[in-house]
Amino acid sequence: MVYVIRRLLQALFLALVMSFLVFAGIFAVGNPVDILIDPDATQAERVRLIAQLGLDRPFHEQYFIFLGNVLQGDFGNSFVYNRPALGLILERMPATLELAFAAIVIAVVLGIPLGVYAGLRHGTPGSQAVMAGSILGFSVPNFWQAIILIMVFSVSLGWFPVSGRGEVGEFLGIRSSLFTLNGLHHIALPAINLAIGHLALVIRLARSGVREVQPQDFIRFARAKGLSERRIVMVHILRNILIPIVTLVGMSFGGLIAFAVVTESIFAWPGMGKLIIDSIQMLDRPVVVAYLIVIVVIFIILNLLVDLLYSLIDPRIRLDEVRQ
Amino acid sequence: MTALDPQAPARADATPAPERPFRRVLRDFAKSPVAMIGLALLLVIVLAALLAPLITPQNPYDLRSLNIMDSRLAPGEVGFTGASYLLGTDGQGRDMFSAILYGLRISLGVGLVACTAALLIGLTLGLVAAYFGGRTDTLVMRLVDLHLSFPPILVALILLAVLGRGVDKIVIALIVVQWATFARMARATALSERKREYVEAAQSLGLSRARILFGHLLPNCLPPLMVLYTVEIASAIALEATLSFLGVGLPATQPSLGLLISNGFRFVLSGQYWISLFPGLALLLLIVAINLVGDRLRDVLNPRNIT
Repeated sequence: MVYVIRRLLQALFLALVMSFLVFAGIFAVGNPVDILIDPDATQAERVRLIAQLGLDRPFHEQYFIFLGNVLQGDFGNSFVYNRPALGLILERMPATLELAFAAIVIAVVLGIPLGVYAGLRHGTPGSQAVMAGSILGFSVPNFWQAIILIMVFSVSLGWFPVSGRGEVGEFLGIRSSLFTLNGLHHIALPAINLAIGHLALVIRLARSGVREVQPQDFIRFARAKGLSERRIVMVHILRNILIPIVTLVGMSFGGLIAFAVVTESIFAWPGMGKLIIDSIQMLDRPVVVAYLIVIVVIFIILNLLVDLLYSLIDPRIRLDEVRQ
Repeated sequence: MTALDPQAPARADATPAPERPFRRVLRDFAKSPVAMIGLALLLVIVLAALLAPLITPQNPYDLRSLNIMDSRLAPGEVGFTGASYLLGTDGQGRDMFSAILYGLRISLGVGLVACTAALLIGLTLGLVAAYFGGRTDTLVMRLVDLHLSFPPILVALILLAVLGRGVDKIVIALIVVQWATFARMARATALSERKREYVEAAQSLGLSRARILFGHLLPNCLPPLMVLYTVEIASAIALEATLSFLGVGLPATQPSLGLLISNGFRFVLSGQYWISLFPGLALLLLIVAINLVGDRLRDVLNPRNIT
């Protein structure tokens, strides 16, 4: 319990430090007024707008106003949309989460069978092909995979749409495009694109897990007992390789949200990642700051959860011994 | 018998003198044909990038040599001026082959500079942390842990959102992203090396800390770091390409491979695949070649694999 409280305090402190760094950095970049104001505006109009945005105050004052507002969930209005920045981000979050979720499902559902196959049939051409594919999945930059996917499946074959999110359906109170055919049709390519890197990881983990478990005594015993090969693989081997894969999936969720920036930009997926790239280019300061704070908070929470989950999954890891 | 050979110094007995480590590494490296292909590929790419001004048919950024009438020609298609282009042309009639070689120069340069700086910073911090231990160690390693808990692309994105675009800025972002990886590896290696007798011997000789650190500890920590360095160059290049593709990396005046791919992306939807495809292939070949070399170096330099 003491540990949990200490971790929480650390996380809070970290969030505070990050908020300061982000604010200081953004403050140093330059004046957004030049972009916001019509070049024909009079000096009086300029001064009025600068005062309205609070940009004429000294740095520390701006920071404390900002911090006070952030604690109330107010990140200011977007310069571009003229709407609350946090609201803009939160309304795009479901699209990103949905994409990350679809990617994880693809990575696990395809990755485990492929990895187990590569492990069981080690050395055969099929296994080598799977492993070569996974190396390619690692090496090829994500954005270029996306372009290839578009070239092949959208432009040449015309199977999938190039961009956008499809119709959104509602099921059990959750609104998601995973519930409509049109939505599934739209999410297929971006989800595959986001999944490829993790798919390669899952394949490698599953394969090395199988190779590690296979020669152990309990497998030999199961075989001696006369169990069918199918049961040995499905029950005895699979259960023992799942733990590292589950850990990976849990830990990689944050990474998926980060990498969604690339996928969303290419497939024009209306999520948080596309919003941040657009906002950086338009110098939409409140949205950039809000996104950075939101993502830092998400990461701090995820890291905290992973640390705590570790101790649950594996009691050998005592929390007090974890060097923090 | 060896004593008769004027080239070889006399040896005390039948056991051969130990081969020099560098020669052994080279010899072991050459045993893997795949790695040799990777190395050859890498050398060709680096040479092509270095010699780009000499071997490209045009200077892709000299506007006088471009002909807008030749824009968006497919590979091999004969253009308005009667010239044909090996890999086609882009929207401004620029020869893609030339553009790719010039792009390689920028991608390689940025990756190398950033990675080398990150290596030096990470190495120094890691060694210092391992050698001094205590508070220094805790401080450095906390920073490293914190750093590594965020995905690299996110750290780079945050930094570039703050810093803006530019070659210097992306180099800074890449250094910030990568130093922690080097620091962790350097510390781990140095910690295990520290317990060795030669460090104790140096200490009992009364050598200065700096001399032990950089004269004795450092050389023995290098092999695993060189492997990491190789692989990290590939990931730096890939990250730079990604950021430039997203439009937050290099400015349009420094067309790296990522920017070329980004420029070509507009034409992909109308079926003009080559403007994006070929720079991407060049990037892919470069990354795969570096990774093949890195993988083999890992095998060769790992002391457990010495037979």
